[in-house]
Amino acid sequence: MPIHEGFLSRLADILIYTILGLASAFAILPFIYVLVNSFSANETVFPTEFTLDAYRYILSTDKFIRSMGVSIYITVLGSVLSLVVTSFMAYALSNRKVPGRQPVLMLVLFTILFSGGMIPTYFVVRAVGMIDTYWALMIPGLLSGFYLIVMKDFFQNVPDELKEAAEIDGCHEVGIFFRVVLPLSLPAMAAFGLFYAVGLWNQYFSAIIYINDSNKWPVQVLLQQVVVQASGSIGDSASMGENVSFYGQSVRMAVIIVSTVPILCVYPFLQKHFAKGVLLGSVKG
Amino acid sequence: MKTGAIAVEKGTPGKAPFPSSSLRKRAWKARWYYVFMIPGILYFLIFKIAPMWGVLMSFQDYQPSLGMLKSDWVGFKHFERLFQSVDFWKLFRNTFLLAFYNLAIYFPITIVLALILNEVRHETYKRFVQTLVYIPHFLSWVVVAGITYLLMGSEGLINQAGQLIGQGRIDFLYSTDWFRPIIMLQIIWKDGGWGTIILLAALAGVNMSLYEAAKIDGASRMRMMWHITLPSIRSVIIILLILRLGNFMDLGFEQIYLMLNPLNREVGEVFDTYVFRVGIQQGQFSYSAAVGLFKSVIGLVLVWLANKLAKKFGEEGIY
Repeated sequence: MPIHEGFLSRLADILIYTILGLASAFAILPFIYVLVNSFSANETVFPTEFTLDAYRYILSTDKFIRSMGVSIYITVLGSVLSLVVTSFMAYALSNRKVPGRQPVLMLVLFTILFSGGMIPTYFVVRAVGMIDTYWALMIPGLLSGFYLIVMKDFFQNVPDELKEAAEIDGCHEVGIFFRVVLPLSLPAMAAFGLFYAVGLWNQYFSAIIYINDSNKWPVQVLLQQVVVQASGSIGDSASMGENVSFYGQSVRMAVIIVSTVPILCVYPFLQKHFAKGVLLGSVKG
Repeated sequence: MKTGAIAVEKGTPGKAPFPSSSLRKRAWKARWYYVFMIPGILYFLIFKIAPMWGVLMSFQDYQPSLGMLKSDWVGFKHFERLFQSVDFWKLFRNTFLLAFYNLAIYFPITIVLALILNEVRHETYKRFVQTLVYIPHFLSWVVVAGITYLLMGSEGLINQAGQLIGQGRIDFLYSTDWFRPIIMLQIIWKDGGWGTIILLAALAGVNMSLYEAAKIDGASRMRMMWHITLPSIRSVIIILLILRLGNFMDLGFEQIYLMLNPLNREVGEVFDTYVFRVGIQQGQFSYSAAVGLFKSVIGLVLVWLANKLAKKFGEEGIY
């Protein structure tokens, strides 16, 4: 940053630091409030005695454990699948010598700008027999056109000399991808994988539209049932579930915390990558 | 075995003195790349392109038992019904207003926040602030809605605090007046920090010597921001604006659906939630597909218009 001196500039600095401090507090305080209250013993709004009862209760509930299992399963398997399919396609599209690459890219760009909408997509998912299966939570969002294009640009930046050298050494296209391009792109791959994983973990819409069997609900749906339904049972999203008995405030807060912990665990890794601008390579096709 | 054979086979034509220009030869040479593309292309065909054909059902009286081929064609019946219904103007107003607030309130906030962050001299403090303001972006909308319910519910923190200072209870969650402010507050909380990232990347690329020169000329900090920083990131702001316009109608379905209830539906129902309620929950497939198609087309027109406008003002546009 340019260095400025003088009284006005000092004043500006104080203002800037204060505003940013307030912004940080605004971002984090609601979450801290929920965290603190999830350990609170009584049911008032302000925390009192410390207790782990809420957590003990949740972790002894079959339903919650099962939905966590579902979420972990679809997140791990889904992000691996997404990463494999995206990187394969991005690698193929990154080679300028492949005829027909441009039309495929145009097609991808078009799907970013225009979509058939919720109802036709629902019928496609139904037609391929995915309703009420875990596939419905992983496959309809398998590939992000945006990530694909960014990853393609990323692969294009791998120096051609390296690819050519491998080619001369008798490596063919598949070998070049696995032995040259992929090892060089591991940090970026990790970042894309994490972004896919966060999306899969957080998805709620696909579950309410494609999954009717409450045994197959991911944790977000259960969370919505416990928190939103218990808070006000007349909401749109509250009307679809089965009856969930009224949960105490600290239990509701604890459910929020437990379902968010995985995100907070990967956050430092995520931050390392997006801070480097990995995903910002280009917005354009 | 196979690997070696292929390598030999493709090694020779690649080094031939005359590069083969015939399309078939080049395609054959690239055959492994096509194999790599197959899963992805299948995905796009089945889950992105097939639904685009599926929109034809909005011109039918679609019955799942008959399928698309046997259902009756009814022309623009469903569109006529949409445009004539009282719901239409309600949906249009609600969607448009929220989208407009998003553009007029959230977007400028991200620009201001990015500019302020860019002025911070202590790298540690800057990184500390960034770490905190990006976190909410990674929480799900269910968590955001959950926290909102816990804070703003009738027994929530805000109402309890209000009672302590003698304020009456406010039913934030069931009030038509509070619906839009709450939605905006949630967006600002969740993505206010995140929205700064691309802008900060652009700000980092501003040429430092411009500031040096301006300083020698005695320019104040405000003037530098106005005459150097802002013009430097103008094209990024315009591209972001175009992309936002393209998603103008795509208010987060999850966010709004989670906050919606019969008492605030009058101001809260938008195209997406309407399609879900009428289509998936009530089974009026063709009609709701027509509503969805209408929304998608408006979105496409908006991108096209914004892109044209950007080019007219001498910017690059997105395609």
